[in-house]
Amino acid sequence: MKLRKSVAVSENGFVFNASRGDSFSANPTGARILDWLRDGKSEEEMKTLLLDLYDIDETTCEKDLYDFLKVLKQHNLLDV
Amino acid sequence: METNQKLKYERPVIKQLNTGVTNKFGPQMGFMPHTHIDGIAVKDLINTYGSPLFVLSERTIRQTYQEAFSAFANRYPNVQFAWSYKTNYMNAVCNIFHQEGAWAEVVSRFEYEKALKNGVPGDKIIFNGPDKTTDDHMVAVQNNSPIHIDHLDELYSLMAVSQKLGKRPKVAIRVNMDTGVQPIWDRFGFNYESGQAWDAILKIIQTDRMDLVGLHCHIGTFMLSTNAYAVATAKMADLALNIKRQFGIDIQYLDLGGGFASRNTLKGTYLNGADVAPSFHEYAEQICSTLIRAGFRSEELPLLILETGRALIDDAGFMLGTVLANKRLSDGRRATIMDFGVNLLFTAFWYEHTISPAQECSQYTEDTVLYGPLCMNIDVVRESIRLPLLNKGDQVVVHRVGAYNMTQWMQFISLRPNIVLIDTDGQPHLIRKAETVEYLTQLESTPAHLSAFDL
Repeated sequence: MKLRKSVAVSENGFVFNASRGDSFSANPTGARILDWLRDGKSEEEMKTLLLDLYDIDETTCEKDLYDFLKVLKQHNLLDV
Repeated sequence: METNQKLKYERPVIKQLNTGVTNKFGPQMGFMPHTHIDGIAVKDLINTYGSPLFVLSERTIRQTYQEAFSAFANRYPNVQFAWSYKTNYMNAVCNIFHQEGAWAEVVSRFEYEKALKNGVPGDKIIFNGPDKTTDDHMVAVQNNSPIHIDHLDELYSLMAVSQKLGKRPKVAIRVNMDTGVQPIWDRFGFNYESGQAWDAILKIIQTDRMDLVGLHCHIGTFMLSTNAYAVATAKMADLALNIKRQFGIDIQYLDLGGGFASRNTLKGTYLNGADVAPSFHEYAEQICSTLIRAGFRSEELPLLILETGRALIDDAGFMLGTVLANKRLSDGRRATIMDFGVNLLFTAFWYEHTISPAQECSQYTEDTVLYGPLCMNIDVVRESIRLPLLNKGDQVVVHRVGAYNMTQWMQFISLRPNIVLIDTDGQPHLIRKAETVEYLTQLESTPAHLSAFDL
């Protein structure tokens, strides 16, 4: 699972998929996950990073990450 | 010393940007959390009384009433409000309006009994509605209550009651009419344009068994056109003046009913309800100026009765609730399940209720479908609402729910919750307890042969 090469993410969370012309807006947590995906991080690695970085319990972290990745797939932003 | 301070978490969110038609109001920038009601923290109210919870503000009820009353009383010398029980018949609410000087306006024997038990004198309970039995008529006549006749069957029934009791009922007829607003509300009362109303008036006067003391109309609900009230007032005044001219009878009151819009937003409307709802002054100007110009001698101006309900109480009611869960629908939309649904918030069927988070919230928003907790497909509180990122356990405040929800709510699937009134000193009072299984089942009886089973 990796971010498509055609997807650009700016520092303030603006996301552009050049292959389809779609643009998106991500909040800081979302933008951070997109960066990790570009780096090829696995779901498990990202979960650990989130738990290290944020004041969050494991259940919420797992649930929200799962949901976010589903949404990215739905928007065709991931190479699966 | 090095500290390992973790960042405040906000759930990850990504939103597709669509170029659409420019919105002249611009995008909504952030949400203001609604953390307190009349000085009491929403969090504390929920901790004490549970969630979901209805909260009413006595201060807002009184302020709204006084604003409405003065709008009319400053324009017309003889004004009387009658509190529409069906809009909210919690006894505490009714008594606030009665303390402010409002009579009672009821549409059933149940409401009539409630008004009597609240201590309203019989002659200050206006009995409206199409459903009055002979027994209801007898009680209302004995109590000298003004009875508003809805149809000819009622008129004849009341004549029989009058004969039986040897008393002259105090009556008005309900008149329906074309006020230029569609659809015409012609299911209640007698029609003005077709002559039905005049025929009913003649019948009452010529049979000489009742005292025709008033004329009543109620031209619609959530009326955004104030001009319709001017039309209605002119037609009512025309009837009253004709009665005076032909029979020398003074009509003591004209009851213009209710139907004033609240500041809620109706489904399907483009503009926000708070921006388009006429003020009390706009309604009052149309009604009072028409009445004053109608041709009554100044000493014979009839009492003007108003029965507006919704506009007097909607703003004073809040529903507090809690997020049960978040989920994602098959088309990618966010869905949030609340612990209140259309069972409690009946008005969700026709309003796009304003909903605020009750705690500090993210500046990021998501388009969300807001569901209630019922295991029924109809339980949708908002089909689409832009909300900040809500998490399980977060609390919200639904605004302007004072009218109809606490009377039209359904005991369906779950129990109805507590209702709290915050008094003018900021003290909360439980005015209706949450229902219990015992309370609900006390009226049931199970036949002996169904009392046991073996599974």
